[in-house]
Amino acid sequence: MHELNYEAPTSLDQAISVLAAAGENGRMLAGGTDLIIQMRAGVRQPGQVIDAKKIPELQALSFDAQNGLQLGAARACCDIIADATVQQHYPGLVEAAGLIGSDQILARASVGGNVCNGSPAADTTPALIALGAVCHIAGPNGTREVAAEDFVTAPGQTVLAPNELLVAFQIPAPQGQASDCYQRFIPRNEMDIAVVGVGSCVALDGDTCTAARIGLGAVAARPLLAKEAGDSLVGKTLDDAAIEAAAQLAQQAASPISDMRGTAEFRTHLVGVLTRRTLKEAAARARAR
Amino acid sequence: MKKVHVQTTVNGEETEFLCEPRQSLLEVLRDVVGYTGTKEGCLTGDCGACSVIMDGRPTDSCLVLGVEAEGKDITTVEGLADGDTLHPLQKKFLEHAALQCGICTPGFLVTSKALLDRNPNPTEHEIRYALAGNLCRCTGYDKIVRAVQDAAAEMQGR
Repeated sequence: MHELNYEAPTSLDQAISVLAAAGENGRMLAGGTDLIIQMRAGVRQPGQVIDAKKIPELQALSFDAQNGLQLGAARACCDIIADATVQQHYPGLVEAAGLIGSDQILARASVGGNVCNGSPAADTTPALIALGAVCHIAGPNGTREVAAEDFVTAPGQTVLAPNELLVAFQIPAPQGQASDCYQRFIPRNEMDIAVVGVGSCVALDGDTCTAARIGLGAVAARPLLAKEAGDSLVGKTLDDAAIEAAAQLAQQAASPISDMRGTAEFRTHLVGVLTRRTLKEAAARARAR
Repeated sequence: MKKVHVQTTVNGEETEFLCEPRQSLLEVLRDVVGYTGTKEGCLTGDCGACSVIMDGRPTDSCLVLGVEAEGKDITTVEGLADGDTLHPLQKKFLEHAALQCGICTPGFLVTSKALLDRNPNPTEHEIRYALAGNLCRCTGYDKIVRAVQDAAAEMQGR
């Protein structure tokens, strides 16, 4: 691995100054399960690595009914998936975060790191998009907020300027009968990268859908919000016809490539299957609340 | 590159070392501190040969920088036995012949210990899931799973 400096700031202000001083040469380190591999392979060679894990705001994991979940960007997945409150209110996020790897990986990997790595196939990004998560970003000029669906811009690229860091996700609290679900397809049981991943979140009033959001992974250069697919369900009963129509709109929103993990045709097929399945499961969970 | 002074706990002993920020915890444990039981496998977090327990969690030491060990509590395979008395997991791995070439064994032992520390009575499904981040190319896993089940039973006095 190349030579590098390491800093472990204990406050957000310190982290911003170190990042500002490093300029293009700086990179935040959360769990390191992507970055250390990339540094070892020479894909990324930051001269200044800034450990995110000792900054209190980046370790947040707190829920209240008004503001929803405050999830620090560097909080390890093992803590998130074991949290009873997160399990209750965001089962789809738990599903996505729990798929990131083995116990050894989950002990280190974070949702913020998964998103900042910018992979189109990241598992947590479609789940966050479905939940309407907002990304809180900090830099020398203050803070700003970006919707989860706008955060990743291209493979390995995000909206973050070199002097900015992702602090936390604010995830709205489910209102009334609302819940979410994330599923992916991989050709084996565990420990793989999504061929396609879909997160769905629905809110119901009796039998009527009042809101729906569908996030798609691994079917474009970046994770997508299938807005028309979600919007098509509002005001409808979530019967097979409505779900099928939404699944077709989600397929139209996808523009997958063919690669070693699957052909474009197969991925488009999977978007339909997983959209149907995740909508049905999210709706069943919402009814059970 | 200037070396960094790191204070940590390894196998219950307060340990200090100097390392470069680019060195992994795996490299430091093996080449600086001398715990060569921790093995280098894939260096990409896939195989688990380098597993250690860090603050109670099984962790791939190839994906941790040595400098990140500051203030941590680390257990390597050398920390399992009590003097000449093997840990029940080590004893059962031998009894069940749960190893052939042995390169993956320290990682399996450490990960299994982390599992039993948290869940003393795991189901077979839980054991297989907990060991999913450890690859063995010799045994086919069955003997490893039986050894962990048997060790759990013995430790529970069953």
